[in-house]
This record gives sequence, structure tokens and C-alpha cells, in this order.
Amino acid sequence: MDNVFFPILTAMVFTPLLGAAILVFVDRENPTLQRWVTLLAMAAVFVFALIVYGGFDPTRTGMQYEEWAPWVPALGISYHLGVDGISLLLVALTAFLGPICVLACWRDIQEHVKEFLVCLLLLQTGMLGVFLALDLVLFYLFWEVMLIPMALLILVWGHPARRVYAAVKFFLYTMAGSVFMLVGILVLYFYQAKTTGTYSFDLMDFMALRLPFRLQLWLFAAFGIAFAIKVPMFPFHTWLPDAHTEAPTVGSVVLAAVLLKMGTYGFLRFNLSLFPEASIFFAPLMVVLALAGIVYGAFMCLVQKDLKRLIAYSSVSHLGFVMLGLFTFTLQGLQGSLIQMINHGLSTGALFLLVGMIYERRHTRMIADFGGLSTPVPRLAVFFMIATLASIGLPGLNGFVGEFLILLGTFKVKPLWAAVGATGVILAAWYMLWMVQRVFFGQVQSDENRLMADLVPREVALLVPVVACMVWIGVAPTPFLKKSEPAVGRVLARVQRVQHTAHLNSTWNPECLVSWYLADRK
Amino acid sequence: MSVVEALYQCSGLLAVLVLFATGVLILLLDAFSPLGRKGRLGSVAVAGTVAAWFAAWQSRTTGEALFSQMVVWDRYALFVTSVILAGALLVLLLSLDFQRREGAETGEYHALVLFAATGMILMAQAVHFIMVFLGLEILSISIYVLVGLPRHERRANEAALKYVLLGGFASGFFLYGLTFLYGATGSLTMTGLTAYLGTGGPVFNTYLLLGTALVLVGFAFKLALVPFHLWTPDVYEGAPTPVTAYMAVGVKAAVLAALVRTFWEAIPAVAPHWNTALWILAAVTMTVGNVMALNQPSVKRMLAFSSIAHAGYLLVAVVAGSQSGVTALLVYLLAYTVMNVGAFGVMVVGQRKGVAGEALVDFEGLGFRSPFLGAAMALFVFSLAGIPPTAGFLGKLLVFSAAVEAGYTWLVIVAVINSVVAAYYYLRVVIAIYRRPQTAEAGSMEVIELSGGERAALILAGLLTLAVGVLPQHFWQMARHAALVLG
Repeated sequence: MDNVFFPILTAMVFTPLLGAAILVFVDRENPTLQRWVTLLAMAAVFVFALIVYGGFDPTRTGMQYEEWAPWVPALGISYHLGVDGISLLLVALTAFLGPICVLACWRDIQEHVKEFLVCLLLLQTGMLGVFLALDLVLFYLFWEVMLIPMALLILVWGHPARRVYAAVKFFLYTMAGSVFMLVGILVLYFYQAKTTGTYSFDLMDFMALRLPFRLQLWLFAAFGIAFAIKVPMFPFHTWLPDAHTEAPTVGSVVLAAVLLKMGTYGFLRFNLSLFPEASIFFAPLMVVLALAGIVYGAFMCLVQKDLKRLIAYSSVSHLGFVMLGLFTFTLQGLQGSLIQMINHGLSTGALFLLVGMIYERRHTRMIADFGGLSTPVPRLAVFFMIATLASIGLPGLNGFVGEFLILLGTFKVKPLWAAVGATGVILAAWYMLWMVQRVFFGQVQSDENRLMADLVPREVALLVPVVACMVWIGVAPTPFLKKSEPAVGRVLARVQRVQHTAHLNSTWNPECLVSWYLADRK
Repeated sequence: MSVVEALYQCSGLLAVLVLFATGVLILLLDAFSPLGRKGRLGSVAVAGTVAAWFAAWQSRTTGEALFSQMVVWDRYALFVTSVILAGALLVLLLSLDFQRREGAETGEYHALVLFAATGMILMAQAVHFIMVFLGLEILSISIYVLVGLPRHERRANEAALKYVLLGGFASGFFLYGLTFLYGATGSLTMTGLTAYLGTGGPVFNTYLLLGTALVLVGFAFKLALVPFHLWTPDVYEGAPTPVTAYMAVGVKAAVLAALVRTFWEAIPAVAPHWNTALWILAAVTMTVGNVMALNQPSVKRMLAFSSIAHAGYLLVAVVAGSQSGVTALLVYLLAYTVMNVGAFGVMVVGQRKGVAGEALVDFEGLGFRSPFLGAAMALFVFSLAGIPPTAGFLGKLLVFSAAVEAGYTWLVIVAVINSVVAAYYYLRVVIAIYRRPQTAEAGSMEVIELSGGERAALILAGLLTLAVGVLPQHFWQMARHAALVLG
């Protein structure tokens, strides 16, 4: 599929934008038509994604479906898109959730529908762009662009009490991180210009550089702060519970399922590949923060009274696993992290959808207001249970695959880390099942709960594909892992080559760091 | 000088001459047109500005010093002239209806806008310090009058008085600085100074440094650099909003153009000395501007402080120097002009007699009452905050990369931290726009029928804001050619 004349990635990224442009001219009084236009655009993106996924050659390591065009040639900025095993699954996830989100907000959003859908479409363009961009300025552009619709989603359609606070916090936190990345990009660019004479922001050119150790440390920090806030890693996570809780249902779904992955994707794509020595240097710190996030997030979950906040904190814990896997520098760990990003997107996305459905019916999210819901809404309860089990990693569902691989990889490097990480799994079972028990089982307390309506066919229709994917990945993860293996292997090779040259057996060895440092000074 | 020679030299001043002629024409027409019909004079001014733009692009950029070493017409001047004319055009379009609504239709207004533009362009063209001073005075005096034009408004009177007094001081400093420069080098032409100082190593000469410092003070007053900025918020707030927009963009563009010519063309030999001063000014200016803007209840005042902060970013480009610095400065000037006039423009459109439409609460729910105005304001404000894919982002990218290239990485770090601080107060405007009014008197900005001129101005500014951000290649190229002139 190399001689594709149709720029399918461009089509995928800009179809939502086109949809938004069309939407502007759709009659304001006709929300149904607006929803259909949006759904159509999202579905088209999904079809493109399926074609890309199907045509993707898992045996090749490099970028596929590459598109390149000069954009600002004077500065070496180019329009460069491409997909490899790392971004393939994330792109597929993003495209997959697009139509589901539109269906999910079909009834939920009644005010300013048009603006809402425009924001949703712009967000889709931004997210796909982030995963597909191979030019750092283009990447940064999508990264920042995506902030605006997301902040607006929270700001306008969020929960009235604290939406302004949550939106501002989200916006400023993310921006504070990303401006340092911008400085990092510029420093990298001029380092390259100085050493090789090429002025280019292309990731492929940066990949070929050998950066001195001290510069790597600074750049790792500059990029890392942007990504760590996005992930979010403990202690940069405080924006997340607010943003997730105050956002409208669809906003929470997109935030949890896709936006957080941009951070972990950034680590995998940029930090590990571009700054391997620095990655090894920072690995202990990152692992400790990841473990802290796992345990801290889990404990925070135990004390939450609000369903959405609970799920939000569970994201902190789950994303801790992803970060843990990344910094083990083992194939299992990296593969597990990648698949765990997808899993978290599916299971947490589903949980937010379900909480949204409950909220739509009862206008409350407090756990204490519920009890015995499985009697009035059995179908909802079943879906909720499946999503919960996936989230806590029951074998046979998707969560297990990711967590198992991550812990396996971690165990190979340091059994102690794996032991601490594994407590997260146990705690997850505790807080999630306890929450399910309090909400769905026991006696029905109030009339409002007793009279709750069960899922309508539209809601079932949008949940079934998500659940199907959970089972599919849980039962047969190999095809998914196969697609990403060469690309992950290539990242790993970059790190391991450095480890190897330094004769490192374990990940961290002070002597070697000293030797790198001294080599720099010469 | 023969007649032919004089005409030839005039071809280098074509834009200025067209603007001046139109201004005089307007004054004449004003005397003979009956009250209530003066609104048409604005259209004459718009036509004159467009004609000046064509004149500027038609005349050949020779780079030759004209009128005994007073002015040049080179690509640098051409670029700055275009930016100034774009600002003037947008302001004139926005003023057409504003004048009528305020019940103060006067011909002088339009003429003064054009005269101020002549002063600005002369500053961009000047290669003789006396010419710089003349340009500065032409633009300053016009603007003093423009600020105080609503005679019966106390705020405007106060603003005009403050501006005149402090502006007069600044001019004094500037002239005093020139005397030292002349005393130290025996010349006031830029080439003369360069020739005297040579291009060799750094020069140390007390009088030269004193002159440089005083000239810098004069520029800093006009640019509203901290700590010479104290007049800015009051004057910007008191002036009629279109005039504020004009001051914020046109004056800055002209003064910066002259400043860059002065420092990088005439006295680069003293660079190690003044560069230190400039980067301190840059860091302080953007920090103070942004911090002061954080909690302003009035959007107009907030934009006043934000324009101080932007002067700081612009100064970072000046500090970076070299071709990429000047290129970045020029692109940023263009971006700043369109986005800032756009932001002020939305305010002009919503403004009613008095102060309605200036406070943050007046913007509440604007995005729902008028989706066009709301989206436009959001676009301009995001651009000012430097969010891609807007002109503001591209400008910042270029400025920061020039500074990183010149080795001022930590200054860039100060600047990016500042831009996060700035994002907060810009975001407040967006929040207000997309928030439903909570109190009865909030959101007093009515749904407004836009006049043709206002719509044209906002669309033009919006398109340029996006064009510079998305397809910057062409603009960059022009700025680059302009920067090459300075060597």
C-alpha cells in the first residue's frame, strides 16, 4: 500500500474540520440535521481509519502512509504526516470513539447544539493531528489547537458550579507545560542547525541526531513537563479530577480516552526515542512517580463520593501503569503500555459514558444517592459491570492484557517495582467493586431510583461496540500487539543501544552516568 | 536640485504624499460640507489609504538616501509602511460608524488619522535623526489631538493632557540624546554615525553612551516600555477606542521601526552596552504588563496592559538582532497589528455612548447573542495569547526562535512563562464571551447590527490573523527581504 495516491491521513485529519465548516451553515433551528452531519463526518473518519488499519503492514518498522509537503520551507517547517505501530492503535481508538461520542450526546446536549458539535469536530481534528504529525511544529500546533475546543466544552456545557474553574485550570496547566516543550523544540532545532547545517523541524531528522548528554537532560525535562502534565503524572495530576468531573459526558470521555494518551504517546514517541540516555537517567524518577500515581490514585478513589471523580482518579492510577511500563525499557513493558493506553480509553470511556447516562436520568452523580440500581436498570448494570471488570483487569477482558504485560516487564527489571505496582491492581478491584456494590446492589432506596428508565436502543447501540472491543482485545490481543511490535521494538532498540554501549545490565548505574557526563565535557 | 531631480526624489515619498494630500483634501471638504454629511469624509480617507498602499507598492525600492540623506525608500520601509497602512485602514473602517454613533462626526478626525500615518511612515523611512524626530512629532501631535477629540468627555481630556505632558517630556529626552550623539560623532545621519564608529570592536565613549541612553528613553516612552509606561493605561482607556487601537499598533510599529534602524544600523558598534539595557527592559516590560493585566475588570484597560506586554515580546526580537530577529520583529508587528486592531474593533462595534462595552461583564454571553462577534473576539484573543494556528503564535514562534538562535534561551523562558500568565487574562475574555449573563445589568452589549465598514474591518483582520498563522511563507519572505536591507 505504498503507492497510495489518495492522501488518506490528511483526509482523516481534516474531514472533521470540513464537517465543522459545513455545520456553520446548517440551520440553527435544526439540531437533528446538525447531529447527522457530525455523525457522518465522524463515521467517515472512522472508515478512513479502518482502511489505514487494514492496509497497515505490520512487518515494516518505519512510517507508513507518509505524506510530506513543504509548509514554511524557509524555516524548515513541513507538513509531514505518517503512521506507525505506535500511533496506529491510538488513531484507531480516536476515530472509533468519534461516532460513539456523537451518539452519546444525542439527547444529552440541548443548548447550543451547533457550537457543541463544532467543538467536538475541531477536537477530533486536533487529536488525530497530534498522533499523526511528524513535524514538531505541526505537532505543537495540533497539540495547542486541541486545547481550545476542549476548554470550551468544559466552559460552556460543563457542570455549572465549577466549570469555569475547571476549564481555566485545564487550559493553564496544559499550556504551562507545553510552552516549555516549545522552547525545547527550538533548542533542538538550532542544535541540529549548528551541528549538521540542516534547518528542519522534521522528527525523522531529529532522530538521526546524537545529542550530548547534558543537552538531553534539559530537553527531556522540557518535553517531559509538557507530557507529564498531560498524562497526568503524579504530582501534576490536580487538573484532571476537576476537568473530568466538570466536563459534560462526552468531554469526559474524550479527555479520558484520548487526551491523556497524548501525554504517554509523547513520552514514547519523543522522549524515549530522541533522548535515550536522558530517559535512562530519569527512569528511576519516572518510575517512582508512576508508582506513586498508581497507589495514590487508587487510595484517592477509595474516598470519593462522586462517581465521576472516582473514575477520574482511577485514571491517575491506570495511567501510572502506562508510565511504569514505558520506563522499564522492556518489550513487554512498552507493548503493555501501548495496549493499556487503548484499554484505558475503552474501559474508562465506557464508564464515563455510563455515568453520563445515569446522570442524564437522575441528575446526580453522588454514590450515596444510589443503591440497588440493578433492579430498575438491568441492562445498564450489565454494561457497567463489564466496563468495571475490564477496568480492574479481569482475565478475558482487555485490561488484563495490558496490566499483565506491564507487570511482567517491570518484574524482569525490578521485582520490587512490580510488587508495588501490583498493589494498584488489588486496590482497583477494591474501589471499583465497592463502588459497583454501593450503586447497583442492595435495596432500592428512593422512588426516583425505582422509576429510572433503562437504556434505550441508541445507548445500547453505542455501548455494544465498545464492549465488543474490550472482549476482542481481551481474548485475542495478538493481532493488535503484532501491529505495534516493530515500531515499539525500534524505540526500544534506541534505548537499549545506549544501555548496551554503556555495559549496563540494570537500568540505572551511576558510573555510567558519570561517564556520559565526562564524555560530554571533552 | 533640478525639478526632475526633485520629482525623482519625491517618488520615494509617494505613500506619504498621497496620505498628506488626502488629509488636506479632507480638511478642505470638511469646511464646505454641511453638518450631518461629514460621514462621507471617512470614505475619502479609506480611499486615500488604499491609494497610498498602491503608491507604496508601485514605487521602486531603491534604498537610496533621498533629500540630502534624510529618508530612504527600501523594502524595510515598504514592509513597515504596509503594516502601518493596514492598521490605519482597519481603524478608519472601524471609525466610520463609531463617529456617527458617538454623535461627533468631524472631518478632522479622519484627516488626523492620515496625518499621523504620514508621521509614522516618515519614521520608518528616516535615516537622519532629525527626520526621526520630525516623524515622531508629526505622529505624536496628531495623536494628542485625536485622543482629546471628544471634548466634552472628562476621561478623554485627562488622557490627552497626560499624553501631551509626558509625550513632551519624552521628546525632550530624545532631542537631548540627539545633541549628545551629534557631539560625540559630529553627524546625525545614520550612515554618518556608522562611518564614524566603524564596524570594528565595541566602542566606549561617555557622550555616545549618554546620547544612546537618552534616545532610548525617548523611544521607550513612546513604546510604553516599563518603567516608562505609567501614562499608558490611562491614556489608552480615556481615548476613543479606535484611537486606542491606532495608538497601540501604529505608533508601536513606527517607533520600533525607527528604533531598529537606530540601534542596528546606526550604532551597532555600541551594541554590547545597549543590548543589556534592552533585554532588561524586555523582561521587565513583559512581566509587569502581564501581571498588571491579570485582574483588570475593564477589557480596554486589560488590552492596554497587554499591549505593554506585547511591546516586551517585540523587544525580545530587537535584542536577538540579526536578520532572523528583524524578520521575526516585522512578522510579529504585522500579526500584532491585525489581531490587536481586531480585538479593539470588536469593542468598538459593541460600544455605546459612555463606557458600555468596555467592562468584562459587558462581554458576557456575547458569543450567544452575536456568534460572529463572539467568534471574532475569541479568535483575536487567542491570537494575542499565541495559540496556534493564528498569527500570534507564528509571531511568537519566530521571535522566540530568533532569540534562541542568538543565545538568549533564558530570556525566551521568561517570555514563555509570561505567555502562560497572559493566557489567563485572555482566557477570561473568552470565558465571559461564552458564559450566559448572570445579572440583569450584565451583558449590556446589545445585539448589534454591524455596519459594512465594521464587518469589512473585522473580516479583514480575522482573515489576516489566520493567513499569517496558517500560510506564513509569503509574509515571512517579505519580512526577510526587508530585514536584509539592514544588513
